Amino acid sequence: MLQDLLQLVVYGIVSGGIFALGAVGVSLLFAILRFANFAHGDTMTLGAYFALFGVATLGLPLWSVFPFALAATAAVTVAIDRVLFRRLRRTAPVILLISSFGVALVLRSVVQLVWGPENVVYATDIVPPWRVWGLRIRPTHLVILAVTLALVAALHLFLTRTRTGKAMRAMADDPDLAQVCGIDTEAVIRWTWIVGGALAAAAGIFLALDTRLNPLLGWNVLLPVFAAALLGGIGQPYGAIAGGFLLGIAGEVSTMFLEPVYKPAVAFALIVLVLVFRPTGMFGGR
Amino acid sequence: MELTGLAGFAVFFLTMAGIYAVVSLGLNVQWGFSGQFNIGIAGFWAVGSYTAAILSTPESPFHLGGFGLPFPVGVLAGGVLAGLLALLVGLVCVDLRADYLAIATIGIGEIVRLVLKNEEWLTNGVRGIPAIPHPFAGLPGDLGELAFLAVVAATIALVWAALERANRAPWGRVQRAIREDEAAAMACGKDVLRARLEAFVLGSVVMGAGGGLYAHFVGFISPEAFDPLFTTFLVWVMLIAGGSGNNLGAVLGAFVIWALWSGTQFLAAWLPVDYAARAGALRVLLVGVLLQVILLWRPEGLLPERPPPPVEPDSDRGR
Repeated sequence: MLQDLLQLVVYGIVSGGIFALGAVGVSLLFAILRFANFAHGDTMTLGAYFALFGVATLGLPLWSVFPFALAATAAVTVAIDRVLFRRLRRTAPVILLISSFGVALVLRSVVQLVWGPENVVYATDIVPPWRVWGLRIRPTHLVILAVTLALVAALHLFLTRTRTGKAMRAMADDPDLAQVCGIDTEAVIRWTWIVGGALAAAAGIFLALDTRLNPLLGWNVLLPVFAAALLGGIGQPYGAIAGGFLLGIAGEVSTMFLEPVYKPAVAFALIVLVLVFRPTGMFGGR
Repeated sequence: MELTGLAGFAVFFLTMAGIYAVVSLGLNVQWGFSGQFNIGIAGFWAVGSYTAAILSTPESPFHLGGFGLPFPVGVLAGGVLAGLLALLVGLVCVDLRADYLAIATIGIGEIVRLVLKNEEWLTNGVRGIPAIPHPFAGLPGDLGELAFLAVVAATIALVWAALERANRAPWGRVQRAIREDEAAAMACGKDVLRARLEAFVLGSVVMGAGGGLYAHFVGFISPEAFDPLFTTFLVWVMLIAGGSGNNLGAVLGAFVIWALWSGTQFLAAWLPVDYAARAGALRVLLVGVLLQVILLWRPEGLLPERPPPPVEPDSDRGR
């Protein structure tokens, strides 16, 4: 029983890290541009497929394509912002929401057109899991967790040590005040897309490593990613990370007493609970 | 009476577009009037469809059924059940701001889909419910299809008339006031939560009834039919393209977008053979791009909203 619980917590930490990477972008974008980016899940999908291009088409090892997939995804999000969201920003934020919903479907159909609707994997070889204290630990999971932690550390350094990062936090806290203080808001918005897009791509690649690639990869985790961002408090990157892990673990542990097919319902229930009882998130964001 | 190929297609097309128009009118109550963002349309549509299907199909070992109730009862019950779901959801979520409500409704849509897919005793799971009776199956030839089209047209007319009336009434004014400035509406003593809940439930009832019509028209429903792509997204594009806030626009948008959507079917024929299977993705891509074009260049839609003129100060109406 305890063994099972611990095993589920291990799985939960891995998927929680993936949710966390997605939730950071959602949270920052929500705070800075004031809209929930419904295209974030499909941005994850796109990142995963960019990596697939490097692995399957160019025949390169995954670790070497990884940074390029992140960069390419970030570039796509910046381009979408340039062409679309920047022009819509003058209107109500909710128009951005509708637009991002459309962008989500556009990205997904592009993935389907280019790579097809089938399930794909990066590598077919199966590595047997290690046995540690009776727990099954997959080496892939350790890699995912290690790189996730490295990315989180890099994000922390970026947010606390660089001028842009500090400006980003200031803008996430209070966009108007930040603008009055002379922060170049367009530059910060651009960087937010870069950070959000790159982290989303990493999340998508890890998700694909853990399961399989298909065009619905990212859309299927959009709900837990949103839940993590809300749980952590909008505009709070650290809250989003904590929320991600909490949600990952809650989702896995729920399978002990709930049919696994209803896992998405856990995310939904948490969203509703948070919004009703603590709309500012666990740590008091906005 | 037998319809030739083209006429048969026209009847099929108009009926499908008409069903979408009903659902689009429902969304117009929620978004156009009241400014509430629902992307769980597929969920409410599905609840309406399955309710109508379960109430009207003959007894089956694979799913709940055997009630054998007549077609209008099923469709109305579909609306009522979708409305009940909306009431449950709305009591909790309706005072959330647009983004949060959107996230919550996406969750509802997802959960409805999961329940339909996994509760086999109720819905026969992924295999779906077949043999939903066509209400006019007894009529000779294609008269039945024409009769069904007439029912859909009548439903549109009925819903449209009722919504136009509601829009002109104090109820519609309160909805628009809340949409434009919630704080001001509240300061005027309007019960904002109640008004929003009413609009959310009313819109969902209309969506559910549209779902019921759909079930009887296609005769077979499965969770696959409620892919957010086919329902939620198309209905949103229809309303935005037609003009949110304008009931006539909601109907017009449904017909225009359904025409475009059906027209792109022929794309598959042009594509290289290897890509023919991916034509569906190309169609979604085109509609997605179309949505962005509308949002950028004509956000008010084909028929912009025209609020009814303000009430004359010397008249007694609307006091």
